[in-house]
Parts: sequence; C-alpha cells; structure tokens
Amino acid sequence: MSGRRIVVTSGKGGVGKTTTTANLGATLAKRGRRVVLIDADIGLRNLDLVLGLEKRIVFDLVEVAEGRCQLRQALIKDKRFESLAILPAAQTREKDAITPEQFAAIVEEASAHADYVLIDSPAGIEAGFRNAVAGAAEAIVVTTPEVSSIRDADRVVGKIAAGGKPIRLIVNRLRPEMVSSGEMLSVEDVCDVLAIELLGIVPEDEDVIDTTNRGEPIALREAGRLSAIYDKIARRLEGELVPFTTFDRQGLFNRLMGALKAG
Amino acid sequence: MIEFLRRIFGQRGSSATAKERLRLVLMTDHLELSPDMIETMKRDLVDVISRHVEVDRERIDVTFERQESTLAMLANIPILSVGRPSANGNGKHEGRAPSPDGSARTSKPKRVAAQTGPGAEGQAPPKRKRRRRKKSPPAPATAPAAG
Ligand SMILES: Nc1ncnc2c1ncn2[C@@H]1O[C@H](COP(=O)(O)OP(=O)(O)OP(=O)(O)O)[C@@H](O)[C@H]1O
Ligand SMILES: [Mg+2]
Repeated sequence: MSGRRIVVTSGKGGVGKTTTTANLGATLAKRGRRVVLIDADIGLRNLDLVLGLEKRIVFDLVEVAEGRCQLRQALIKDKRFESLAILPAAQTREKDAITPEQFAAIVEEASAHADYVLIDSPAGIEAGFRNAVAGAAEAIVVTTPEVSSIRDADRVVGKIAAGGKPIRLIVNRLRPEMVSSGEMLSVEDVCDVLAIELLGIVPEDEDVIDTTNRGEPIALREAGRLSAIYDKIARRLEGELVPFTTFDRQGLFNRLMGALKAG
Repeated sequence: MIEFLRRIFGQRGSSATAKERLRLVLMTDHLELSPDMIETMKRDLVDVISRHVEVDRERIDVTFERQESTLAMLANIPILSVGRPSANGNGKHEGRAPSPDGSARTSKPKRVAAQTGPGAEGQAPPKRKRRRRKKSPPAPATAPAAG
C-alpha cells in the first residue's frame, strides 16, 4: 500500500512551510514512519539546509524528472533517523523546469515505499505551487496570525479545495502574550475566518532559529517544548484525537476587564 | 470607569480590527469580480440613475463593504443636478465651470446603497440642493502681473 501524499503550502512566503515540513517529517520518522520529504521550491532550495543535509546532495528533483538518474539515487537518507529521506530541489533551474505530470509521477513513485511523502511547496500560486499540489492527495496550509498571511492562505485554500483535496491548518509563530492583550488574532479567530480544520498550533520560539542554524530537526531536541508540540501534530495527522494546548489563556488583566464589562 | 481604565492601560488591541478587515477582504476576494465586471456594473448603474438625475460620471466610486453580516455594494455617485438631464443630452451639461477646488460639494454626493429596494425608482431625491456654484477665480493667465 502506498503512503499518504501531503503538500505543505501557504500562499505567502516565509511563514514556515520549510520549517514545518522538516520538523513534522523528522517527528513522523522518529515515530517509526517511513518518510520522504520533497523540496518543490526549485531555484530556492532550503529543506536540505534546514535539515543539515546540504553537503550530501548528488542529484536533484529535476534530474530525476529528466530521467538522468533514478529516484533512489537522488534520495538523501538522514543518518539520524532510520526512515527519513529527502529529495532536494534543483538550485539553478526555473520553476517550470518540471511539469505537474512529471512531479506527480515522482511523488507517486516515492509514496510506493513510504508511509508519508511531504511536499514543501514554494510560496505563491504559480507554476511551482501547482506542481507541488499536483502530486498531493491532501494539504497542510501554514499561516501566521497576520492579515496578509491569512488572506493568502485563503486564496490557496480556495485553489486546493477546488480540486477536492482535504485541507488542514497549522497556525505558526503564535505569540500567546499578544493574543491575551488583544494585539494578535487568536487561533480561534484564524480558524473562524478560514473555516478549515485545525491540525496544529506552533508558537513563536527561538529554538526554531537555533535548530535551523545547526541543521538539527526539533525532534532531536527532547528538552524543548517544541518537540512535544510537533509530536502532537504528528499524532493528529495519524488520526489520534489530541487536545489542543491553549496558549492563549486569558491574563489577569483581561479577566478583570471582562468582569468590569460584564458588571 | 472602563473608559478611565482603558485610557490608563492603553487602547484595546488591534486584533478585533484585523478580524473585521479580514472578513471583509475575504468576502470581496470570494466575489471574484474582475475589474472589468465592476466597470460594467458601474456603467449600467449610472445609465439607470442618469435617467433621473445628472451625475458626475468621472467621480463615481464603487466599493464593497461589510454591513452586519452581509456584503454591500456601495456606490458613491456625485449628483450634479436633480431633475432630468436635457432632453437631447447625453448626460453632459454645457456652460458649467467645474468647481474651483475640483469637488462637487455644491451638490452633495449621495451614497446609493445597492440593496436599495424597489420604490426608490422615480422618486425625487430627498434633498433639493440648487445652490449656485461659486464662480471660478480668474485664470492665472489673465491675472494682472504682480509688481
Ligand atoms: N515557530 C517559529 N518561531 C520562530 N521562528 C520561526 C518559526 N517558524 C518559522 N520561523 C522562521 O521564519 C523564517 C521562515 O521560515 P521558513 O523558511 O520555514 O518559511 P517558508 O514558508 O518555507 O519560506 P519560503 O516561502 O521562503 O519558502 C525562518 O527564518 C524560520 O526560522
Ligand atoms: Mg520554504
């Protein structure tokens, strides 16, 4: 039986697609799943760097598509996890160097020997995005709790939903203290506006930058709160019912204000 | 009391504003009206209204705005004069200089909500402003040269 094919996308750039793909992938692998991560961001390849595998690249996605090498030759196995591999994007090619059909065929082939194929989509809604979505049967949309990011997420949701693929949401870079003081949209607000199912909430955390600097997946950093957070997301993805952490607990001041208003 | 506290602790956050603005912009996005379609709607709307009042075609502004739980199309159509435009007219009035500041304040633009129900048709506009426009100041070319 072939594995699940899931695209991680966002519309807006820089909201955390690559971070999510890398860390969710590593977490699933840590849980014993066979995972292939595909970097679909041709020309702006980063997934290898975030995972610390940049030195081991031999072949890339476009070379596989052009038949210059076998898929298994291009896959880089992550030595820290038994069952994690990545297919890097080409760095010096254009987004249209590969067709949606070619991309879908590669994803299909990768899924034959994996439980999960996660596709790191480029930003935007053009050729690169269309490729990334073409190969997937499900989608994870990443957004930050900001108006422009949410609006772009909505565009992408519209495009994917038109193809009938199930979509779930990850809210990234949440700052609970700002939500409490009413300066940031809450997860509830975001879900309300986008009207799609919530898969996970990832707070703003310095560990993301630190682990990225080192090329270490968060799953390896057991001590931090983030590895537990990604573990919850992974379990939800696998169908487990995991309650959401309420980061946006009301502060004393807000409760006081609420009481005053009610009274 | 609450106002007092608010003033001390600063205004309420901006997240409520963000949510409202998002709702509206998404509704507009979902409309998927192309600029072309909006232009056509504008033209049709003005053609109908022009049968009754003379409007300033150049300065029509059509926007979409959320009202309660619906999306409203708001057309801001400056009215130049009430009553039918001249019989032979193509909507243009000759012999009228544009107001000096370029605004049509002499004939207050009226907001015509697109949801306006039937019945408004044929009725005279509620306000009858027939105030004369101020005369334009003399053109600089004809002004006496300053010493
Ligand atoms: N939860 C987080 N906390 C702190 N920093 C974060 C978090 N998530 C992502 N970042 C940072 O935000 C930046 C952008 O993240 P990332 O590269 O994953 O975004 P992207 O959506 O893949 O961008 P692009 O559209 O360019 O591909 C990175 O510097 C990353 O370290
Ligand atoms: Mg990226």
